Amino acid sequence: MVLTPECSVELLTLMVRSRLFEEKIEELTNTKLIHGTTHLAIGQEAVHGGVSPALEKEDWIVTTHRCHGHALAKGSPPENLLAEFFGLRQGVAKGLGGSMHLIDLEQHNAGSSAVVGSSVALAAGIALQLKRMNSTSIVVAFFGDGASSRGIVHETMNMASIWGLPLLFLCEHNYYGMSSKAQDMVSVDSLSTRGVAYSIESCTVDGNDLEAVWAAVKQASTFIRQTGRPYLLEAQTYRLAGHSKNDNCHYRSREEEEEWRKRDPIDLFKERLFERHVLDVESYHQIVSAERENLDSIVRRLIKESDTLSLDEAFGYVYAQEELL
Amino acid sequence: MRVLSYREAIREALYEELARDQNVVLLGQDIGRYGGCFKVTSGLLEAFGPHQVIESPVSEEALVAVGVGSAMVGMRPVVEVMYGDFSTLASDPLINHAAKLHFMSGGALKVPLVYRTPMGGGTGAAAQHTQNLESLFTNIPGLKIVWPATPKDAKGLLKSAIRDPNPVIFLEHKGYDLEGEVPQEEYVTPLGVAEVKKEGHDISVISYGHAVFTALEAADLLEKEGISVEVVDLRSLKPLDTPALRASVKKTGRALVLHEAPLFGGFGGEIVAQIVEDAEIFSHLKGRIRRLGGLEMPTPFNKELESSMVPSVAKVAQTLRSAVKESSYTGKDHR
Repeated sequence: MVLTPECSVELLTLMVRSRLFEEKIEELTNTKLIHGTTHLAIGQEAVHGGVSPALEKEDWIVTTHRCHGHALAKGSPPENLLAEFFGLRQGVAKGLGGSMHLIDLEQHNAGSSAVVGSSVALAAGIALQLKRMNSTSIVVAFFGDGASSRGIVHETMNMASIWGLPLLFLCEHNYYGMSSKAQDMVSVDSLSTRGVAYSIESCTVDGNDLEAVWAAVKQASTFIRQTGRPYLLEAQTYRLAGHSKNDNCHYRSREEEEEWRKRDPIDLFKERLFERHVLDVESYHQIVSAERENLDSIVRRLIKESDTLSLDEAFGYVYAQEELL
Repeated sequence: MRVLSYREAIREALYEELARDQNVVLLGQDIGRYGGCFKVTSGLLEAFGPHQVIESPVSEEALVAVGVGSAMVGMRPVVEVMYGDFSTLASDPLINHAAKLHFMSGGALKVPLVYRTPMGGGTGAAAQHTQNLESLFTNIPGLKIVWPATPKDAKGLLKSAIRDPNPVIFLEHKGYDLEGEVPQEEYVTPLGVAEVKKEGHDISVISYGHAVFTALEAADLLEKEGISVEVVDLRSLKPLDTPALRASVKKTGRALVLHEAPLFGGFGGEIVAQIVEDAEIFSHLKGRIRRLGGLEMPTPFNKELESSMVPSVAKVAQTLRSAVKESSYTGKDHR
């Protein structure tokens, strides 16, 4: 499957937006303009860039602590996401969630769990309710190679299989769980082989090839909708960034990073579009400048913003007040 | 008024709520044809079908987390975990997720989930099937916790819990055969409201769950000795009905706080603090506040040893007697 020229440019733009967003977050963290820790997805743009645009708007995603790109790709405005980092009322979680808890129900992004692996079972819960409602929508549960060792991920795979849940297990295999190499921590080379144990169809895709990810998700989501069965897709990629702030990556070599940098997902796709004459160098630079300018102007606005929840208002969110009936 | 067992009262609440709203769904292990470990859900699969009564494999953590996820998008799950002891397995979805998602999402998400599980011993099931673990949950903002003693409260509180937009920990004691009057007509019992189960004027016993019955039996014994005991059943641990327990202690001037969980670090310490932190109530105290709770020991299997684990009627009666006697010599009791 080949993306249309319009769609190609749109998805390349999305990857660029995600990369610049992460670089901006890194800068704001380093200069202490934003509070707390962050987990950047630099190097993994082809996964979120390929997954969410391959879904229907009504399909849900549940993400991880490394969730900025997922939220952007599902369509959340960068401004509301950035406002969350600044702890502002305008933030997607009113400044109560922060970097690891980006959520946007309008975009059917049900948020994330920062307890590694736990989001997978939340996604299964959404899938169970969708199935009960005879919905045609599916749910994508993002998790990483680190989370693949959690018991709850295995429990959920078993349940999704016996119950026939419309759930796409999307493993972003980036080779590191914090500092731990997957080869030291995970019993299989390819995580998609875990599907066999639970009678779940699965495949592995090059997670740095946006078009391949996009096509694999199209195929997997069609399978789920047609059969009512879950699917496990492993996207092999690489976290070029450190795990979180203050990670100097002592646990891996600069040479290894360099090898992966040669397969930078944005460069790979950009070159492909140049070859196909879908895009030229100049228009690519225009895309980058426009995205950068947009982010810069948002940050300039937000830095001056001071509208945050009061402590009393925050207390108001400990318990839901209104009756749901 | 008609009489139902604790088990039947809970089942009737489930039945009525399942019938009222098809988004009310039971999730649990062996809750279908088997009827659940304590037979609470007998007949509900047959009545409502697998769309509303969903049986799960032995996967407590994922099961409760699935409940949380489904509640985020409109389901009103009632998750049963066979034994309260297994709350350790479900603690991540309850504590890190259910309790926090509404807050952490800036109010975007709601988790109207009920977590039903039985606590307590006397069953010869040894140390991993007899604990009272309510204190695992009482220190977690975002959770509501109820523990009805009587069939009437069990039914009314469960209906409220299911209709509440927040996660509710619904604890059950194992006296499933205990009978009591339950109104025929529709009713709900509000969360966060204590009830005086027996009025008295010499001393207040503040309790919840199964220990309420121990308190009532001890109160009956003391009545014959001329000591009038008031028994306050908290019913909800969170929100805690502090005004009600303070009002009782203000009236009697003496208090015994009673539960079956181990005393040290137990919820009783919080109740005592709620009483003595109030300057006016403190000034009304005629003597020191007493506490009785479970022993600092895992539950032994041996029947005799197990029966010593939680406060007996005799122990409670003796403590009440000595509390009233001791404080009557202080000269403050001029009632």
